[in-house]
Amino acid sequence: MAEKMELNDIEVWDGNYAASQALRQAQVDVVSAYPITPSTPIVESYGAYVANGYVDGEFVMVESEHAAMSGCIGAAAAGGRVATATSSQGFMLMIEVLYQASGMRLPIVLTVVNRAVASPLNVRGDHGDMYAGRDSGWVQIDAFNAQEAYDLTLCAFKIGEDMDVRLPVMVHQDGFVTSHTAQNVKPLQDDVAYNFIGKYQPYEEMLDFTKAVTYGAQTEEDWHYEHKAKQHKALMDSRDVIDRVFAEYKELTGREYNRVEKYFMDDAEVAIVALGSAVETARYAAEELRAEGIKAGVVAPRCFRPFAFDGIREALENVKAVSALDRSCPMGAMGTLFNEVSAALYTNDKRPIISNYIYGLGGRDFSVAEAKRIFKEQKAHADAGHLTTPIQQFSGLRGPKLGFFETKRGN
Amino acid sequence: MAITSIKNLKEFSTANERFEGAHLLCPGCAHSMIVRELMNCTDDNLVIASNTGCLEVSTAVYPYTSWDTSWIHIGFENAATAASGAEAMYKARKRKGTLKDPDAPVKFVAFGGDGSTYDIGFQWLSGAVERGHDFTYICLDNENYANTGGQRSSASPIGANTTTAQAGRFSYGKKEKKKDMVAIMAAHGAPYVAQLAPNKWKIMAKGFQKALETEGPCFINTVSACTTEWKFDPKDTIHVTDLATDTLMFPIYEIIDGHELNILYRPKNIIPVEEYLASQGRYKHLFKPENKHVIERIQKDIDAKWEYLQRREEARV
Ligand SMILES: Cc1ncc(C[n+]2csc(CCOP(=O)(O)OP(=O)(O)O)c2C)c(N)n1
Ligand code: SF4
Ligand SMILES: [Mg+2]
Repeated sequence: MAEKMELNDIEVWDGNYAASQALRQAQVDVVSAYPITPSTPIVESYGAYVANGYVDGEFVMVESEHAAMSGCIGAAAAGGRVATATSSQGFMLMIEVLYQASGMRLPIVLTVVNRAVASPLNVRGDHGDMYAGRDSGWVQIDAFNAQEAYDLTLCAFKIGEDMDVRLPVMVHQDGFVTSHTAQNVKPLQDDVAYNFIGKYQPYEEMLDFTKAVTYGAQTEEDWHYEHKAKQHKALMDSRDVIDRVFAEYKELTGREYNRVEKYFMDDAEVAIVALGSAVETARYAAEELRAEGIKAGVVAPRCFRPFAFDGIREALENVKAVSALDRSCPMGAMGTLFNEVSAALYTNDKRPIISNYIYGLGGRDFSVAEAKRIFKEQKAHADAGHLTTPIQQFSGLRGPKLGFFETKRGN
Repeated sequence: MAITSIKNLKEFSTANERFEGAHLLCPGCAHSMIVRELMNCTDDNLVIASNTGCLEVSTAVYPYTSWDTSWIHIGFENAATAASGAEAMYKARKRKGTLKDPDAPVKFVAFGGDGSTYDIGFQWLSGAVERGHDFTYICLDNENYANTGGQRSSASPIGANTTTAQAGRFSYGKKEKKKDMVAIMAAHGAPYVAQLAPNKWKIMAKGFQKALETEGPCFINTVSACTTEWKFDPKDTIHVTDLATDTLMFPIYEIIDGHELNILYRPKNIIPVEEYLASQGRYKHLFKPENKHVIERIQKDIDAKWEYLQRREEARV
């Protein structure tokens, strides 16, 4: 039996340590992992729990991230709780196997500490890796601070392992800004956390020899389409389970999570949609602007996948102008969040003016002043009734301004 | 089901019906003989992982499966890691008492073609063996990427005609020597490593049993004659394999704990390699006068390797 750890009501943890504590409390059966900045401390802390008897599962330090996820798949198919952690290049190396994990409907938890993707090599936070996972068939949940990294990692097990879901789940947090910044975190005691998640329920497991199971079969044009569509349906249906798990978590802790997080949105005239730690920056800016009389609000997709298409539309239908912020280089298109938010808004008769900001690549700081400036530009669009800037801008970029796309709407 | 002896081939080959005959491998493919033999040489439960390749695409096409046992395929390169993950889960659940039947004996096995073993999955295999998982890795070595139409692998021998190292007016086929995977795996310090062949089925079954019974990671390279890409008549699989072992193109031997080498089969009459080469279309071009030196080179390499194996065996080091 693993030893229990006495925790204070309030601990001072960074995002990495918070995530590692959630993995410990979940009593994961197999962690198969490989280190990479900035998620390395998750794996190291876990190693310390193993070395000191706080974990009685297996800790398999493999030779690459591809192998880390491959090991997770083999372990999960053998009928137990499985987790790992990665970032950036490690995430990219895992991608082939991410699709195989979700295609086999294996509930694996992956804590992703977001970091830019080379080249050029960069160890700082942006969302290049998160976006690269968006079609992989995983539930993708985003934590904006250390407390959330802890809470949502616990929730991730309960969501993915739910018999109505059985899908792998990623919990994202921003590299360094969240992963390495110590904050006050209110943890649950070990038993409470474990009981919230519950015992792992094996399903079609390879270690039950009363029934042969085949994992990873081949399907061609006769069946592949049906399988993939069914997988998409499972991901979409996970929305109800996510809502239920968040509600149960609120009941237990008082901390509320929603698939779309809204801040000052009841009467907002202008809004920012963002992911990651920038959400908190934008909220702070919105609060300050409210004192200046600008009705600013912030919308954040807590679930990047399944994307809350309806929730985003409803959250934004009454604003006059909104900007979607992407912390990943769009590479020949508009930003991903911009595209998704625009698509959601297009299905409504009321369509606010929308623009796109690229920001914070490779860990470039995103300040309250910058968020305020973006809000003020939205206000200018709202007052003018049309865009007063190029539709896509690069915030905080040195050198000449960039802008490539035209809009014919409202001008 | 139960295997009592490995004396009678007919009895042995039908001992455990865990690999269904209805699969899509070519008639005469040696892959199925080797897999069947592995599954028949133990009564323990099996958790099997397969890399992508002929075996995998021919045995698990939805909604069918040939595997009456626990089986998993992830990708081309990672069966060793799938097996390590499953084995780690077994240990964890045994310790925690969450297995349905904690006393059920189980063995973990991974199958890979030479493409996945020698090339793309080399790192995954090396990692899994270094970590010491209790599993047996079996390479079905047909010396080419058969599933994708016969491209070269680093297991393809010198002189073989493959679609990506072709014989032609200016080429005698593959130029590079076959990678010595058995030596590489022995150098990992694996407790049991061997090269076996399905024509010597008793030796192979005993080798498989030894690997399964040995605690820790074991590696076996099996000669798997490929009727389609080696280009011989499907009825001649065992004949061609006999030539492979009796020309010493594929010597049969084991290495215990990385050093103790035992030769498991000594042909009474060692056959010149021409006969083996002449039995397959992939070597046809070698019989042109300008390619005679290649056959000579192959024979020289065989002789040197046989000499080396014998000396290693004698030296007991
Ligand atoms: C990552 C990746 N690269 C390439 C392939 C294509 N591919 C599938 S099987 C195969 C060759 C298999 O050769 P081998 O391992 O020797 O097995 P065999 O079919 O000869 O038994 C190749 C190249 C793949 N499936 N995945
Ligand atoms: S191509 Fe070769 S290895 Fe593949 S099924 Fe046919 S005979 Fe077997
Ligand atoms: Mg092959």
